[in-house]
Amino acid sequence: MAGNNPNAKPMNLTLKVWRQRNRNSEGKIVEYQVKDISPEMSFLEMLDVLNEDLLHKGDEPVAFDHDCREGICGSCDLFINGRAHGPEKGTTTCQLHMRKFSDGDTITIEPWRANAFPVNRDLSVDRSAFDRIIQAGGYVSVNTGGVPDGNEIPIPKNIADQAFEAATCISCGACVAACKNASAMLFVSAKISQLALLPQGQVERKTRVENMVAQMDKEGFGACTNIGQCAAECPVGISLENIALMNREFINAKATSNNLA
Amino acid sequence: MSWITKTFTSSIGRKVIVAITGLFLCTFLVVHLVGNLQLFKDDGGAAFNIYSHFMGTNPVIRTLEWVLLLGFGFHIYESYTLAVRNRAARAVGYVDSRPSENSPWYSRSMALLGTLILIFLLVHMYNFFYRARFGDLDPDINNNDDLYTLVYTSFKQWWYVLLYVAAQAALCYHLIHGFRSGFQTLGLNHRKYTPIIRVIGYVFAIVVCAGFASMPLYFYFFK
Repeated sequence: MAGNNPNAKPMNLTLKVWRQRNRNSEGKIVEYQVKDISPEMSFLEMLDVLNEDLLHKGDEPVAFDHDCREGICGSCDLFINGRAHGPEKGTTTCQLHMRKFSDGDTITIEPWRANAFPVNRDLSVDRSAFDRIIQAGGYVSVNTGGVPDGNEIPIPKNIADQAFEAATCISCGACVAACKNASAMLFVSAKISQLALLPQGQVERKTRVENMVAQMDKEGFGACTNIGQCAAECPVGISLENIALMNREFINAKATSNNLA
Repeated sequence: MSWITKTFTSSIGRKVIVAITGLFLCTFLVVHLVGNLQLFKDDGGAAFNIYSHFMGTNPVIRTLEWVLLLGFGFHIYESYTLAVRNRAARAVGYVDSRPSENSPWYSRSMALLGTLILIFLLVHMYNFFYRARFGDLDPDINNNDDLYTLVYTSFKQWWYVLLYVAAQAALCYHLIHGFRSGFQTLGLNHRKYTPIIRVIGYVFAIVVCAGFASMPLYFYFFK
C-alpha cells in the first residue's frame, strides 16, 4: 500500500467503529486494528482496507455511504473523533487524508446523530428528510420552452455570486450532525437563499419558505440557537448569513403571504 | 390551526419571540442599572429611596412592570419549549463529541445560564422587590420607604455578595451570546453591521454586568 511519496511511513491505527445491524437493533462501538495505512490514503480508502480485512476474516464489512470520492456528492457522512467529517476544516470525509493522523492513533467513527436521520446500518444514515424538505418547495416551477438567450434575465454579479455560494451546499448533513440541537437550518437556509436571491425564484418565494420550514419542523430537526457549529463544520463554507436571510424570508412570508392555512 | 398559531409555534416563530423579548429585556437592564446608580450617592440613601418610591408608585412604571413581566414570561417559556424540542431532536448522542473545537461554551449553554439567572432573579425579587412592594419597610428622613437600608444590610453578608457577583457572571455570558443572537434571529445580519453588533454585544454585556456587580462589592468593601 505504498503511496507515491517514498518517505510516507505506513501507520497502524486503532479504530472504534459504531456497528448496528439495522434501524431497530441496538448498536455498539467495536474496536478494530488496521495496519500499514499509507498517510496518502483518504479516510475512505482506509475504511476500504478495514473492510477488506473483515471480508477475509469472514466478518461483515462496515457499511458507510460514499459515492464520488471527490468532495462533490455529499454522501460520505462520518463523525470522526467528535467532529463532522473529521478534524480538518472545510473538507468532506473523502477529502480527509490519513496524513492528518499519526501512527498509533485511536480514531472514533460514528454515524450522524439526529432523530431525523435514522441509522440504516453501521455508519450509514437515512437522510431522506432532506429530500422531503426539498420536495416541499426547494425548486422553481417554470414552463419550459426554447433555450433562453444568455443574459436575457439581468442579475447583478454580486447577487449571482451570493446565490452561487448558497448553491454550493452538497446536502451532506454535517450541519445537522455538528449542531447541538440537530438543527437543519443551515441546509434549509442555503436551499432557500439560492432561489430567493434570483429572479426565477420570485414566483414561489413566499410559499417556498413557508412550506420548507414547516417540513423541516415536521421532520423533527431542532431549532437554531445561533451557535455557529454548523458553519464551522460545513465542508463548503455555507455562512450563517443564509440563516438570517431565511429568517427574513420567513417573517416576510408569514406577514404578507395570502396563505391562511 | 390558524396561520397565526402556526407562525408562532414554528421553530422560527418561537425564535423570533425569544429574540424580541430578549432585546426588550436588554433595554430593561439599562434602565435598571442607570436607576440603581443612585445607590452610589453618598446621602444616606435619600436619593435612592426617592427613586424607588417613584418606581413603585408611578402609573406609567407600574404599567410597564406588567409589560416587563410578560417579556420575561414569554422569553422563558419560549426558550424552555425550544430547549426541550432541541434536546429531543437527538435521542441517541455521540460517544465522542468535541464541540469545544467548533464553538464557545457559553453559546452552547444558554439554557443553563438562563436557568441560573432565573434562580437568581427569584431570590432577588423576593429580597428587594417583594419587601419593597408588600413588606413593611421603615420610613427614612423624607418619609419614603427605606429600601436603601435593606440593600445596605443585605450586601453586608458575604454569601449575598457572592451570589450577586456570580449571577452577573452568568448574565454576562448569556448576554454576549444573546445580544448578537437576537439580531441574527430577526434576520438582521449584514456584512457591514454584524461585526459592529458583535462588538457592541461584548461591551454591553461587560459594562452592564460589571455595573450591577459593582453595587454589592461597593457596599461590602467600602460602606
